[in-house]
Amino acid sequence: MKRRDFLKMTPAAGLAFMINGLPVSTFAAQPLLNLLAKQSQANGRVLILIQLSGGNDGLNMVIPIDQYSPLSAARGNILIPQNKVLSLANTTLTGLHPSMTGIQSMYSDGLVSIVQGVSYPDPNMSHFRATDIWMTGSDSAQYLDTGWLGRYLDEEYPNFPTGYPNTNMPDPLAIQIGYGVSPVLQGTNINMGMTINSLSSFYNIVNGTVDPAPATPAGHELTFIRYIAQQTQQYNGVIQTAASKATNLSTLYPAKNSLADQLKIVARLVAGGLQTPIYVVSMSGFDTHSLQVDLSDTTKGTHASLMQNLSEAIFAFFDDCKKLDIVDRVAAMTFSEFGRRIKSNSSGGTDHGTAEPVMVFSQAVNPGLIGTNPVIPASVTVADNIALQTDYRSIYAAVLADWFQVPTQTMNNVLLQSFPISPVFKQSVNVDDNAVAGADEDALKQNYPNPFSKTTTISFASQGGMTTIQLFDAQGRLVRTILNQNMVRGKHQVNVDRGSLPAGNYFYRLTNGSDQNTRKLVVTD
Amino acid sequence: MGNKNRREFFEELIATQVENAPAKTAHDTVFEKYANQTLPAGLKATSGLSPYSGTWGRNEIIHLLRRTTFGVREADIAVLQSKTVSDAVDYLINNIPAGPVAAPVNNYESSYTDPTGVGLGQPWVNAAYGDSTVNSYRIRSFKSWWVARMVNQDLNILEKMVMFWHNYFATETNSIGDARLIYKHHDLLRTMALGNFKTLTRQITTDPGMLKYLNGYLNTKTAPDENYGRELQELFTIGKENPLAYIEDDVKAAARVLTGWRINTTTISSYFDSTKHDTGNKFFSAYYGNMTITGKTGAAGAGETDELIDMLFSKNETALHMCRRLYRFFVYYVIDQATEINVIAPLAQTLVYNSFDIKPVLAQLLKSDHFYDMNSQGCYIRTPADFITGTFRSAGITVPTSISIDKQYALWNYLRNYLVLLEQDPGDPPNVAGWPAFHQEPQYYETWINSVTLPKRMEFSDMMLASGFSAGTGTAIKIDVLAFAKQCIDPSNPNTLIDFFADVLLGLDISAAKKTSLKIANLLSGQTNDTYWTTAWINYQSLPNSTNTTTVKTRITGLLTELVHLAEHQLC
Repeated sequence: MKRRDFLKMTPAAGLAFMINGLPVSTFAAQPLLNLLAKQSQANGRVLILIQLSGGNDGLNMVIPIDQYSPLSAARGNILIPQNKVLSLANTTLTGLHPSMTGIQSMYSDGLVSIVQGVSYPDPNMSHFRATDIWMTGSDSAQYLDTGWLGRYLDEEYPNFPTGYPNTNMPDPLAIQIGYGVSPVLQGTNINMGMTINSLSSFYNIVNGTVDPAPATPAGHELTFIRYIAQQTQQYNGVIQTAASKATNLSTLYPAKNSLADQLKIVARLVAGGLQTPIYVVSMSGFDTHSLQVDLSDTTKGTHASLMQNLSEAIFAFFDDCKKLDIVDRVAAMTFSEFGRRIKSNSSGGTDHGTAEPVMVFSQAVNPGLIGTNPVIPASVTVADNIALQTDYRSIYAAVLADWFQVPTQTMNNVLLQSFPISPVFKQSVNVDDNAVAGADEDALKQNYPNPFSKTTTISFASQGGMTTIQLFDAQGRLVRTILNQNMVRGKHQVNVDRGSLPAGNYFYRLTNGSDQNTRKLVVTD
Repeated sequence: MGNKNRREFFEELIATQVENAPAKTAHDTVFEKYANQTLPAGLKATSGLSPYSGTWGRNEIIHLLRRTTFGVREADIAVLQSKTVSDAVDYLINNIPAGPVAAPVNNYESSYTDPTGVGLGQPWVNAAYGDSTVNSYRIRSFKSWWVARMVNQDLNILEKMVMFWHNYFATETNSIGDARLIYKHHDLLRTMALGNFKTLTRQITTDPGMLKYLNGYLNTKTAPDENYGRELQELFTIGKENPLAYIEDDVKAAARVLTGWRINTTTISSYFDSTKHDTGNKFFSAYYGNMTITGKTGAAGAGETDELIDMLFSKNETALHMCRRLYRFFVYYVIDQATEINVIAPLAQTLVYNSFDIKPVLAQLLKSDHFYDMNSQGCYIRTPADFITGTFRSAGITVPTSISIDKQYALWNYLRNYLVLLEQDPGDPPNVAGWPAFHQEPQYYETWINSVTLPKRMEFSDMMLASGFSAGTGTAIKIDVLAFAKQCIDPSNPNTLIDFFADVLLGLDISAAKKTSLKIANLLSGQTNDTYWTTAWINYQSLPNSTNTTTVKTRITGLLTELVHLAEHQLC
């Protein structure tokens, strides 16, 4: 049994097998659990990737309230009035675009993680190249012909499509909704995604119908071929079955909202029992070079509509997921090929920029903001851009390691190098079995003293390169990044001051190259 | 997957598939459910054979090329664009190089030493038989060579006509056996492809390959074999659509006429052995006007065969049968009463009037109102040969002649294997009636598309857009999407580019809305402003570095992937 399969069955139960500290492998060896794992594959986790095509103006979406003075100077013509900014729970520094009441409410409910300043070194400002970078997971000057999720699926389902579908994976590996062949799903051999072009294509599959054709001999043959194509698309049957088992239960889906239409299909298929782990949906229109706001009321206009559509669609989708009882299985993530320029232009829009906020929605997220508000220079030029805080691949790393539960080596294979895992997700479900089993004691030692009340020391070995130690509370929330720096190969120590940590159980995790190890520590009064 | 590259992956896939190639999907429930239960009615072109005088533009030229060549090439469109419809058709019919073609060669020497001394790269078609092993290598060589002829065809109708005659006078390599007879038979079809139907029928009747295939060489006065005498009337002349015409006695009489023809495998030819010939008189039924072919002795007995052919070609049904077969091969499979009156009958008149020369009939049909009628366009389901070789020709894929001859053949043989998977093995139709697509009522063309072959067609397209194949030669054969795009008059304009690809890849145009969706999703990466594509293309042209090349390449590949998956791609 793959560890991933085992963990899939216990999306919420991870904490339980952590708390008593027993190695997962002990459980995994039990025949009963093997059986359970087989039965539980349909309870697997799902990632919904939401592409915002065109370059989203993140500064008007996740608004740094503490930067209003320089913001007014930089983009006064499009800036949202400060008193209209939606507040976020537990912070006065950062708010949301006024159209995003749905996401504001989800944030209050602890369903949203917002990562600030996401980009990569030497960011590219071409739509095409930047899209390719985000899709393939490459460096700025690296050219890959596979997508990051295609590589993930290659790892999980080797040799696809040979031997698929099969009893272990009867369903599509990924479903893309909309025209286009998404490069994000390009695997080594083949694109791993099944495409459903549109809502009408979906209903054609569900109802066994095909598009109308002209009443000519050509139309006659076209209809015949379309039927054969539909009937031989090997996954249409399972999609039909899944769609027949579930209907959308939320009444909140907005009309004339293409993203909502796409997410309705996703909800129905997930609830209908498809084991498909990845869905790719998209929204376009974010390339707001001019008139992104209504100049007489900057809370309205093109970008406001985009924010509203995005927020309403996601809000309705999660409402649906709750009602369909699948909410603990879904995580959705937005991304755009780049953010937009700090300084607005004179046509009431913004030009291509760099870093952007990325939003992740799930019950499993560490709710809140990761990173700090971008710092806006007092006197902004067109050359100024938002600083990089988190490499976008650190979020991919979080999706792979913490949501899909892949081993560190797999994660690094997919991302082609090692990135620190952004603490987007709660950690309780994610402790590496090696570490729990104490398989690699040399890499991460037990802290000493332990328990401790004032200070303790963690000894560890680095293979060299970026080395990260993070501290999580018993609920899996990141409470402190103890260490995050390039280190030379060898043994190291780091001292930890208790600071304001309440007494209780904690975990600390070392990430370095292909290694990831976690241990427990205890703080006492 | 890490240690297996993409090409190896596809090649393993096809190797496994050829080994496990299923029998014909006779009980394909999906096919049975959706294919014609009865012939489609009421949709037909009603126009006749008046010379076409409507718009003669890109659309009509493409329609003509789709039906008369394998796949559409932009360069071919350009040649025909400067001609009238009449000149264009004449060009396709007459622009055929004279003289013999280069025969298939020994490509197998490294696997098996030719026991008859034919060296690598040397033609084997006139060599001694050798043994059964070399013979099977030669048959494969012949099929590979044929695929190459189709892909490398010039701008003319020749290859389509060779396939037409192969389907008409159908033979199977397994039954003929001797590769040299197989080639000789094929060469006859090729040489006579645009010649005279009656002359060809006469020659086919005593062609050693056909004598072998339909047992004519076993037909003697003491043990008549009626096989050829039957098919000659049922398939090659009168046609089985005329069930009340000839009778069983006519089959017996024809068989007696044909007694005595034998094969000399040393000279790879046939000869008449008068000692095996039935010298009695042969009496035919009222259908043939109670004709008697007087039995003759000695060498004169061979002349009875000519008399038999004369008799068969004296019947109008023979000309009508040929014209129906041509119609189903070049236009559409439904022949209703109006088509029969307006198209088939006048074409048959032309055929008879021209003493059974094929060219005037082809010219009349391909220049007619009926051929360019909207209801005659886009309704042809691409044959596997159209599909495979069309992909090569439209995209401009070539097998380099710089690699060794055995490697070139290996690559052609890979395509031949794919044709087997798609159920059109050249040289081996299912039986003497040819492929069901041209005779099996009521499904006809639809028999090409079933729940096995359609996914395989899509796999082929996917492969050619991804890693391609190399068949162990070290030379990857795939679609160069950038070279393909450069055939377009203005690839920097995303609308022009999509129109171009749709022209050459889709038998039926798609809606403007769908083109826009495909453009935005693929060429514009979700943007709505065309200039993003234009800039990307211009950047690539002015500076083809990795960034600029990858940017346009991935987007065109995405677009092509979606286009070749459309049902319209299976039509022509």
